[in-house]
Amino acid sequence: MRYLPLTEPDRRTMLEAVGVSSVDDLFTDVPKTARLESLIDLPCAQGEWQVERALTAMAAKSMSAGSAPFFVGGGAYRHHIPASVDHLIQRSEFLTSYTPYQPEVSQGTLQALFEFQTQVAMLTGMDVANASMYDGSTACAEAVAMARRVTKRPGAVLSGGLHPQYTHVTVTLSDYAGFKIKRAPASPDGVEALEDLIDDQTACVVVQYPDFYGSITDLGALAEAVHAQGALLIVVVTEIVALGLIRAPGDMGADIVVGEGQSLGVGLNFGGPYLGLFATRQKYVRQMPGRLCGQTVDADGRRGFVLTLSTREQHIRREKATSNICTNAGLCCLAWTIHLTLLGESGLRKLARLCHERAVELAEALSALDVIDVVTPTFFNEFTLRLSRPASQIVSELAGRGVLGGLAVPRLLPGEAELENLLIVAATETNTDEDVAALVTAMKEVV
Amino acid sequence: MSDVKYTDQHEWVRVEGELGVMGISAYAAEQLGDIVYVELPDIGKTVSQGDEIAVVESVKAASEVYAPVSGEVIEINDALGEAPDKVNEDAGGDGWFLKMKISDPSELDKLMDESAYKTFVEGLG
Repeated sequence: MRYLPLTEPDRRTMLEAVGVSSVDDLFTDVPKTARLESLIDLPCAQGEWQVERALTAMAAKSMSAGSAPFFVGGGAYRHHIPASVDHLIQRSEFLTSYTPYQPEVSQGTLQALFEFQTQVAMLTGMDVANASMYDGSTACAEAVAMARRVTKRPGAVLSGGLHPQYTHVTVTLSDYAGFKIKRAPASPDGVEALEDLIDDQTACVVVQYPDFYGSITDLGALAEAVHAQGALLIVVVTEIVALGLIRAPGDMGADIVVGEGQSLGVGLNFGGPYLGLFATRQKYVRQMPGRLCGQTVDADGRRGFVLTLSTREQHIRREKATSNICTNAGLCCLAWTIHLTLLGESGLRKLARLCHERAVELAEALSALDVIDVVTPTFFNEFTLRLSRPASQIVSELAGRGVLGGLAVPRLLPGEAELENLLIVAATETNTDEDVAALVTAMKEVV
Repeated sequence: MSDVKYTDQHEWVRVEGELGVMGISAYAAEQLGDIVYVELPDIGKTVSQGDEIAVVESVKAASEVYAPVSGEVIEINDALGEAPDKVNEDAGGDGWFLKMKISDPSELDKLMDESAYKTFVEGLG
């Protein structure tokens, strides 16, 4: 077989079949102004070391998270990942097929997945978790679709405290599937009346905890209101370390908990690959998306692991499957499980406490500055500041002073005047006393 | 049981007054293997003949079950939730799926009787 995916005769045959004369004719629907007439002007091929030198010089223009006092959160958090995590995930025993199609031969992989699921369920306070999704935002969209299957209703209510990118992904994946999505306005102070948006067509209410602005609220009353209307409460957690310190969503009446697992084991990774967490109640397990690992015994009574409830999945259920996800984030979920196992329960609590203490110190130091208000009443490791002028300007001026000072809200929610001066600041165990001092000093200078 | 009628999709329906009790045939249950779950509709659901009305899952596959006649679901066999294997053990008895109020009894005429169904199944090899 020749390693040529398409020969000229192949192309001609296909073009004739669709009735056009050239490949370019297939692109006539794209406006001419949006098309490139020739290749981009790139330098010619160069030797390996020349490329390395050129790219290193280019990379040096960026200020990386590890090279400066770093206080950016907003859905991705810089935590220390122990070197042992990287070492362990590279062991040859784990280098087999990440999503086993003949699952029983990969007992080690399945056992790791089973332990991952157990940890996710325990941390979120739920009965059952799947073997992971692509990331937090797609897990959120899948949860909305699942609530629709469970309730057979088309509506979803999204909190104004839901991460804007999660909102976008959920709306994108729901738009053409006939969902009716209501979005509550942005709620930087953590106060909103979602109950008023629920009706008898509402399948679910989606809230983030802690929310996009850092705020933590007791979800118990909301859960009751949601359940009274026959809808499900979906709780989104983007900073999973928070659950080491604050109440699990499952203890407050959540029906589905989804989250981003990036904080443990995965790292910032330039924005991906990340790790979607998905947990729910036992009674809804057959409507759950994704792969699910189960524990059983073999013919001789020995403990073993299998992929279970596969009839929900696409390779068996075809178009009636609960989801078109046919995989999981295997490597990231392995790293997550190893990191969490190394921490243990007391280690996770300690880590969460450290993050919270750092954030409290920072909030106190910043609120001592006259022109800054902390608008988040109760928070874990992230809170929102109201500045006296546009937050985006402040962020660049802080960067000019060598500090990555936070996430300007307009960056994700542009064009809303009342959000323009809001800055979200996050702290983790990786922020030193010097980092905090550097941010406070730089902030004094720029505000 | 001459009042039992069968579809070519292997559902059976037994007429009791204006009600129809339905399930899947012993042949279908045997072909599916060990049945692990039966997804039944909500009470009050109205279906037309041939609409999907339930889903039956065995260890290897999930299959749709279709309404043998048009009507409204008035009762479901909750016992299948705990013991789906009743379908394998007694498909025509304890393994019943649901009861429906038949809206058009003339539709029953399109279905096979016991002996016609038996011949039909033999023809499937």
